[in-house]
Parts: sequence; structure tokens; C-alpha cells
Amino acid sequence: MQNITIGESTFSCQPDETVLETLLRENVRIPNGCRQGLCQACMMRSLDNPPPAPAQTGLKDTLQKQNYFLACICHPEQDMTVALPNQQGASIEAVVTQKQRLTPDIIRLVVEYQTPFNFFAGQFVNLKRLDGLTRSYSIANIPQHQNILEFHIRRLPDGQFSNWVHDELVVGERLMLSEAQGTCHYLPGRAEQPLMLVGTGSGLAPLYGILADALAQGHTGPIHLFHGSRDLNGLYFIDEMRELAEKFANVHYTPCVSGADGDSTHARGRAHDIALSSTESLSGWRVFLCGHPDMVNQTKRMAFMKGASMSDIYADAFHVIQGK
Amino acid sequence: MSESQESSQSLYEKLGGEAAVNAAVDIFYRKVLSDYRINRFFDNSDMEKQAAKQKAFLTMAFGGPNNYSGTDMRTAHAHLVKMGLNDSHFDAVMEHLGATLTELNVPADLIAQAAAIAESTRKDILGK
Repeated sequence: MQNITIGESTFSCQPDETVLETLLRENVRIPNGCRQGLCQACMMRSLDNPPPAPAQTGLKDTLQKQNYFLACICHPEQDMTVALPNQQGASIEAVVTQKQRLTPDIIRLVVEYQTPFNFFAGQFVNLKRLDGLTRSYSIANIPQHQNILEFHIRRLPDGQFSNWVHDELVVGERLMLSEAQGTCHYLPGRAEQPLMLVGTGSGLAPLYGILADALAQGHTGPIHLFHGSRDLNGLYFIDEMRELAEKFANVHYTPCVSGADGDSTHARGRAHDIALSSTESLSGWRVFLCGHPDMVNQTKRMAFMKGASMSDIYADAFHVIQGK
Repeated sequence: MSESQESSQSLYEKLGGEAAVNAAVDIFYRKVLSDYRINRFFDNSDMEKQAAKQKAFLTMAFGGPNNYSGTDMRTAHAHLVKMGLNDSHFDAVMEHLGATLTELNVPADLIAQAAAIAESTRKDILGK
């Protein structure tokens, strides 16, 4: 008989019982629906070992890689420690080591951590100020040996956290980091697949990480990056991206300016319009979308209608939290 | 394959099981989303969840494993019936189911069987 641990409690899973059945029998509230592995309402995450493969049927590949599974079709093969999505509270300490202005309203922040920390480039973490104020930011670098994380933090007009980062946070100060979260990241395999990366504003941060990760893992297919901003001022890393495109024959970079002040060195128009009209069909493509929620949701739908498979679309919408 | 083996296979197996559902779901969902008659009933704020629901529907229509009861169907669609969901919309979905299977070169007799299963849910889905 296997034990299922969730939070502080451990329950034993009866023979033939699924994880969902065990937890519901013990009155643990787990959202659920079809109970046949289809609706994905009961998705949970295994925190220790990889879950049995059949319990991951139909989940997005990035979720499978992160040990998510469907409780309703999971017959445990060993003891499991599980959690509902976004219920992993662990946090570690980090120290600010660099702060650099990228655009008038975007700051590049680099922090260093000591505790072991796993992430995929393109995932996000919750950054917590020591008084508790917390916001999510995407990781812009790939896992390396240096124990650092890079973030691109855009100043929002009434953003408590972003204004604090821009105006007050100094090198040497401490922050707390949550575990890395999110499914918008690169996975190896299908190295010849064409990739389309579309981002607005600081949406370049996760895409920069994803692009670097794809190259580090030997992606051979064409990689098309479209970075958009309303005005010229909002674009950054232009030289870095152009250098990458020169160095790697399969990398193509298109900076896009939708407002009036674009010039001949940029495409004129919104990044997702330019991206979508750049190719006849997206059938067989892998698509990554990061940034403004309206752009992300609209483009997700359009990319799907244009032939991209639902399972090949990875998205991270930057929702703004209205601080008080 | 001999005829006796063929007839002992379930519809789900004949259609190709889960792989067939996976092949059908993108095609079917694209048809539904681009149909102005019915796309307002398919909340696409979370396309992944919506695609998972389409997959559940297709699995059922293909004669695959499912635990949905008539009551589940009624409850799940009650808010859509309030929005005006009626026979004409159900007919449109049936059209897309047939067209999807035709596009995947499924033989006509199997399409008819899948359509009959889907048709059997009409009363529950429309809350009649």
C-alpha cells in the first residue's frame, strides 16, 4: 500500500484506488470533473519522484517534465508527496548583484542565490520584498553554474513593486524567491522544428531565456524572434539580438515598432501582426508568446487557427496586479 | 485482419483510439472556433481547458471510455442553455464532427456510428 503525502498529512492509498479517490475519501478538497483523465481539473504535482507515466497522458510536455499528473488516473507505484498547482510555498533568499537601466522604464535586475534552485529558462518566480510585497517576474537567463537569475522589470505607473525596484532597491539588498513556475519554456527534442517567439515590452525577458536555452540545447530549426513596442524607446537588447542573429544562421530577429516613431531599421506595426503575416501556415511550428495579456490571448487563438497545434503553443500573459 | 476480428473490435478501437482523438481535436476545435453560429458558446479565455473539453467530447463520440452521466451533461451545459443554446447549435456541432472525421478519411459507416453516439446526448445537453 502506498502513502500519499499532501501538506502536513499522509494518507494510505487503498489497492485499486487512484490518488484522487484517496484524497476525496479523506475529505481533502481537490477540484475534479470527468474522473477519466480528460478534463484536467484534478491536475496535481508530484514533489518527490516522477509520477507514473500513464497518469500524465494528455498533459502538455512542459507539465509532464515538471512532474504534473492527473490525480483521477494515477495509481501510485510508490509513496508520493503531492501538491495542488501553485501550492508550493518554499522560498529562498537572494541578493541583488546588478541593476542596470535597459529602457526608460525597464530595469535589468540580477540576483544571486546560495540554496540549490532549479528552473527552466522562461519560467517565472515570485519576488518577495522582505515586508511581504510580492510580484511575479520571468527569468531571462538560462541555468548556469553561477547561481544567478536575471529579470527585466518594467515600471508600471502605479506599480508598488516595480517603482520600489526602480527607485529604491540597491545592489546588496536581499529579496525572497519562490520556486520557479510556469510552463512556457523550451524542451529538447524535435530540434528541427521552426520556432516563433513573439513578445511585447519586457516579454522579451522569458523569450531571451527560451532562445538562449534552445541554442544551448542544439536547436537546428529556424528560430524567429519578434519583439514589439509602441515606441522606439521600449525596445532593448537590439544589438545583442542582432549579434545572435549574425552568429547563428537559424536565428532571425525582427524588432517591431507600432507607434509613429519607428524608422527603417525596424518593422512598422504590431509584433504579433508582423509575426503572423510572415508565414503562410504555422502547421508544425512551436510558438512562444509572452507579454501583454491581450496580445498573448489574441495571438494564441490566431496561431492556432493558422495551423499550430494547441500542444505546440506556449504562452505567458503578464497580468498586472493592481496594487493598493 | 479477418472479418471476425474486425467485428469484435469496439468503435473506439476501429477509429484508432486515443491517437485518433488527438488527431481530431485540433481540426474539430478549429472548425468550432471559426463558426460564427456557435463560437460564442465556447469560452476561449482558457483555450487549453476548452481543448481538453473538446477532447472529452470526441472520446465519448468515438465510443471511448467516459464516465459522464446524463445529469453531468445537463449541469455542465445549463448556463449555455440560458444563453440560448438550442437544436440549431447542436446541429452545427454535429456538422463539424462529421466534417472532421471525413477530413481524417474515416469510413462513412464509422462516422455514422460516432454521430449516433453524439446524437444520443442531445436532450441532456439542451436540457430537454
